Formats: sequence, structure tokens, C-alpha cells
Amino acid sequence: MISVHWHTLLLALKRFLRAPLSNLLTVLVIGVALSLPAGLYAVIDNLNRLADGTTGEPQITLFLQTSASKGDIGDLADRLRKLPGVGQTDFVGKDSALKELVKNAGIEDLAATLDHNPLPDAFIVRPRSDNPVELEALRSELEKLPKVDSAQLDSAWAKRFYALLQVGRQGVTVLAILLALALTAIIGNTIRLQILTLRDEIEVSTLIGATDAFIRRPFLYFGALQGLLGGMVAWLVVAASLLLLNSAVADLAQQYGTAFRLQVPGPGGSLGLLGGAALLGWLGAYVAVGRHLKHPGRHG
Amino acid sequence: MISFDQVSKSYRGGHEALRNLSFEIGDGELVVVTGHTGAGKTTLLNLIAAIERPTSGSVVVNGQNVGKMRRSAIPYLRRNLGLIFQDHKLLFDRTVFENVLLPLQISGFPHAEAAKRVRAALDKVGLLDREKAHPVTLSGGEQQRVCIARAIVNRPSILLADEPTGNLDPDYAHGIIEMFRSFHQVGVTILIATHDEHLIASLPARVLTLQHGALRP
Repeated sequence: MISVHWHTLLLALKRFLRAPLSNLLTVLVIGVALSLPAGLYAVIDNLNRLADGTTGEPQITLFLQTSASKGDIGDLADRLRKLPGVGQTDFVGKDSALKELVKNAGIEDLAATLDHNPLPDAFIVRPRSDNPVELEALRSELEKLPKVDSAQLDSAWAKRFYALLQVGRQGVTVLAILLALALTAIIGNTIRLQILTLRDEIEVSTLIGATDAFIRRPFLYFGALQGLLGGMVAWLVVAASLLLLNSAVADLAQQYGTAFRLQVPGPGGSLGLLGGAALLGWLGAYVAVGRHLKHPGRHG
Repeated sequence: MISFDQVSKSYRGGHEALRNLSFEIGDGELVVVTGHTGAGKTTLLNLIAAIERPTSGSVVVNGQNVGKMRRSAIPYLRRNLGLIFQDHKLLFDRTVFENVLLPLQISGFPHAEAAKRVRAALDKVGLLDREKAHPVTLSGGEQQRVCIARAIVNRPSILLADEPTGNLDPDYAHGIIEMFRSFHQVGVTILIATHDEHLIASLPARVLTLQHGALRP
């Protein structure tokens, strides 16, 4: 049984090499078509990674006046806990805030030149509601508390960003489905052309006792092979584009004080891309050969 | 082994190729079907190999009604038949050896065993020294012999030949007639459709004559 599949694979390779130029062009078409959704998906995946650093939950940051003492902070924590709109609260002391900032922004040298910590103490408050109007009301209420310098509603942008990513992801899904259909048709069409050139072989094989499966098998291998090679082209296109973009992204990221870099698709995503492409090729071939076996006379 | 019971075959447009045909062919029998061009000889062979299906009546081969056979069962019927075509139907992108190997590949023979059988079949038709040749380089008679080798390589119990000496010189035709004689001697059931008088005269065959799709008594 293994040798049957091995021979079929060799036969598919032989057929591929019989018309190398047109087959390579088809592979290229498949690769470029696939690289569109794959590339967009990779970009969204990267943005997702960026967004994972923040949280989608809204939070209010209370910056305290620098004059606030330990006692004031304790009083404030008690009052916050009693407010009905407030869920969890976290205290971020100015020392730990500075450490965090130095770590994230990579400004050890700069920090070393400071003779005192310029950062205020802060509370991070997680509101119970995520209604924008209630959030704003809570924010101004919190701002009026004693020893509070200012209150900032964070992460509304993160939420929007998440929503945007969600839209993007769904857009990519739709695009991927459309292109998958197109690819099935493209591969089906190359297989159909191949069937035309191999008509005699199919006819003779059928006359001397070949089953449909026997006739179909090399075409399925061929379709899967074409899809797989197309998937590899797509992977290379995506990886090369991301790496090319990376220097620009690095510049941009530096201005925002992060070390963010685009990453090429990981092993899971890559295997998914290659496997999906091969599967589409297989499917296209199956449809084309199925049509031929049902209506051997028809070639339209 | 092969029996036709009131078999008719008509095509779209009303042309009736076979009309109410009934006959039987026993195991190991050698039968020649003859008749004018368009008398229905090829249709008759096609019905036996399930290449076409009868419009009415039943065609039974080895106990199976091939006219009613499921599509998926037909390949297994054909593996038990050796088909010899007037136009040879060889594959021109393969060598003689590969052409004869094809039926064994289809039925999933182990390669070493298959190669032995292919050489034995080529030896029988006298083409052992041409196994690496491509069919284009062969004469018409040699191509017909490759076609015969391909038909017998599976050791079928029934051979169906459509005008096997059709376009051949008398010398080549004689060689092919001798081959049929030797297959007949080892017990193969043979059905030959031909209007070659010389072939009919030189074989110890029962003759069925078709006239406008019906058997002439």
C-alpha cells in the first residue's frame, strides 16, 4: 500500500515536471493569492500581541498629589473601597512605577541621572460598569476626592482597539473564504487542463479495469502538491514582507517607547497555512476529476 | 460463460444497433462475430465489457448481469477480460514495457512479480527485445502485438478482440491469427469481431453473422 502511494507521488511529480513553466506560474498565482489573507492575518496576529500588553477592561488611574502621606493614602483606599461603582483597586507606589517605566522604556541611563522620583503615587481602579457615561461620572467623582491630583480613564482606546481587531479578523476570515473558493477553482482548472492532456491515459486505464480511485489518486496528489507549493510561496511572501516592514515598525515603535517587532508566523500558523493550501489543492482536484469521471465526454 | 438474452441496443435518434439478440458462448470457446460495417459487431463487444449498456435484455458474463452492474463493480469485471482494440489504444508517452505493465499496476501487482509477467507476455507476442521502445517507433503489426500483450498480461479468462487484423499486412495478420490459436489451445474463451475472411477461414471458430443488428440464422 505504501509503495502505491509512493508511486503515485512520483507520478504526480513527473506530471508537474512535464510542464514546469505553466505549473510554476500556477503555483505563483496560488502563492500570491494566499499571501493576501495570510499576510493580513499575520499583521492582525501581531497587533493582537501588542494589544495583549494592555487590557480590554476599562480602568481609571488616580494620580495622587505629591504631598499625599501614607495616612492620606490609607484613608483614600478606605473611601474607594466603600464607593459602590468601584470594583477592585490596586495601589501603585511611585517607586514601583518608576521601576516599571525604566524597564519598559529602557531608560536606565536617564533614570540614573534623576535626583528624585518625579512620579506620583497612583491607584488603579477597576469600575464595575463599562458604560461610557457611568465611567465618565465615576471618573469626575474620583477626581474630586481629597489628595487626588487627577483621574484618567484608561483603556477606552484599548477597548476600541480590540473591537477594531475583531472587525479586522472577521474581514480576514471573509477574505480567506473567498480566496479559498478562488483557489479551489484555479487548481480545479489546472487539473481540468491536465485531464485533457491525459485523456487517452484515463480512457485506456478505465477500459482495462482502473477504478475511479486509481484514476483520481495521481490528480489528487498533484493538486495537493500544487497547493502545498503555493502555500510555501505565500509563506515566503508574508515572511519577506513582514521582515521588510520591520525596520519601519521598529522606528515607529521606538517613538512610542516600546521594542515592538513584527514576527513571522509561528510553527502553528505556518503549518496551518501549508496544510490549508494543500487541502484546497486536493479539493480542487477532487472536484475536477469527479466531474470528468461523471461526464467523460464533457470538457467545458 | 457469456450469454445474451433478447438483447437490444438503440441509440438516441432511434438508430438500432442490435436487435433482439440471443446466443451463448461456452467456456473455452472460440467465436468469430462477423457482418458488414455497422452491423453491430463493436456494440456487441462493448456490451460484454460494460462499455455500453443494453437498452433491453440481459448480458450475463461469468454469472453476472453486466448490463445492470454498479459503476463501481465494472473495473473488476474488466480485469477479468482482455480487450484488444483495432486502434490499439497504446499510450505514446510510455515504453512498450510500461504499456503492458499498466493493467498490473491497476490491479496492484507487486512490481517484481509484475515485471516477470510483462516479459512473459511480451515473449509470447515476440516483442521481448523491444520492451524499451516507444510505440511510435513500432510498425502497425507490432503495435497490435503490444496491445495483445497488454490484454493477456492479466491472464484473463475471456479475450475480446475488435478487428485485430484490421489494418495489417497478411504476414502480420497470420502471426496474430496463430496467437489466437495458441490462446484457444490453453482454454481461453475468445470472441473476435472481424470481417477479415482470411482470419475467419483460418481459425477453428464458431461464426456468428450479424445483419443490421440481428443474428443471421
